[in-house]
Amino acid sequence: MAIDVRIPTILRPYTGGERSVDGNGSTVSAVIDDLEGRFAGIRERLVDEAGGVRRFVNIYVNDEDIRFTGGLDTTVADGATIVILPAVAGG
Amino acid sequence: MRFDNLVDSVGNTPLVGLPTLSPSPDVRLWAKLEDHNPTGSIKDRAALAMIERAEAEGLLTPGCTILEPTSGNTGISLAMVSSLRGYKLICVMPENTSEERRQLLHMWGAEIISSSAVGGSNEAVRVAKALAAEHPDWVMLYQYGNPANAEAHYRGTAPEIFADLPTITHFVGGLGTTGTLMGVGRFFREHKPDVKIVAAEPRYGELVYGLRNLDEGFVPELYDESFIDSRFSVGPRDAVRRVRELISAEGIFAGISTGAILHAALAQAKRSHDAGERADIVFIVADGGWKYLSTGAYEGTLDEAEDRLEGQIWA
Repeated sequence: MAIDVRIPTILRPYTGGERSVDGNGSTVSAVIDDLEGRFAGIRERLVDEAGGVRRFVNIYVNDEDIRFTGGLDTTVADGATIVILPAVAGG
Repeated sequence: MRFDNLVDSVGNTPLVGLPTLSPSPDVRLWAKLEDHNPTGSIKDRAALAMIERAEAEGLLTPGCTILEPTSGNTGISLAMVSSLRGYKLICVMPENTSEERRQLLHMWGAEIISSSAVGGSNEAVRVAKALAAEHPDWVMLYQYGNPANAEAHYRGTAPEIFADLPTITHFVGGLGTTGTLMGVGRFFREHKPDVKIVAAEPRYGELVYGLRNLDEGFVPELYDESFIDSRFSVGPRDAVRRVRELISAEGIFAGISTGAILHAALAQAKRSHDAGERADIVFIVADGGWKYLSTGAYEGTLDEAEDRLEGQIWA
């Protein structure tokens, strides 16, 4: 079973318009590398020069923000859902 | 309780146990009923604190015009205080917010400038900042970056909870401006650092995230991730499901964002229960459900409610 990765509107040009793609890997970083192999350029939009998640990007594994669970090293199990979203205002 | 005027009655809200939804006598859920504030939401605290700070700094004098980007509740709270203190209020609000919020703002005398639905509150912030630059005499309190917002919770919400429930182990709040979580988080870091601070963030439909590029994202200036321990994204289906459970199991009629907060609180309750750990989990009831009846979230099936909320800013 693969990992379901939800792609936000602004990154769909990389995935040929697909809103959801399958990924493989045991960590978020490995899944992003897997995506990069098929959707060249997507990694640079998610990961900054220092190797962390970009400031205005939020990545969730099973709805939990990975910044609080080990960052890009957060483990993902088969069948997990990764959601990528731009940071937005509330209030 | 007796007060000399309405604004003096802001805060000191009840903390109510949830005997039905709590998993066991050792893992208890507690609701902080912020809908008991004068305009019916937690935002009365931040609005009053921001206005009083601006008055103390001499920025606000009677007759001044206040400008604020808001998806609703902060605007309503500012409108109430402004009407009593003699200020004019202009709110920049995304057009995809509920009709009740518009009517309430008008009743308290505020003027509304609508911003595009695409981009949600990010767009409201952008429009308000542009207006502030054009009108230097207007005072933008700017809830996303105003320290008085978080301070209201550091001085009010958090110590009230700590006094009522010294055994608190977890605090769960909604993440919007981040004011509640920053103020409560900082208080407990200083006074009881083993309390875990959990953020529940609403996840909207795609329209709201319709930004042109990722550099146009928005993180409130107040936000400091060291004050929270975990952060959950909650979609409209779970929020609606939980808000309905809250009324059927405990009789509490709350707004949709509270459903998202309760969803995160119940997940924590289950984790604590499964781990065999004692827990006293406090969560915020940010407002009542009255302002969201027209969204259709409270009737029909979950599928229907989810469809109706698509594209709306429901928190």
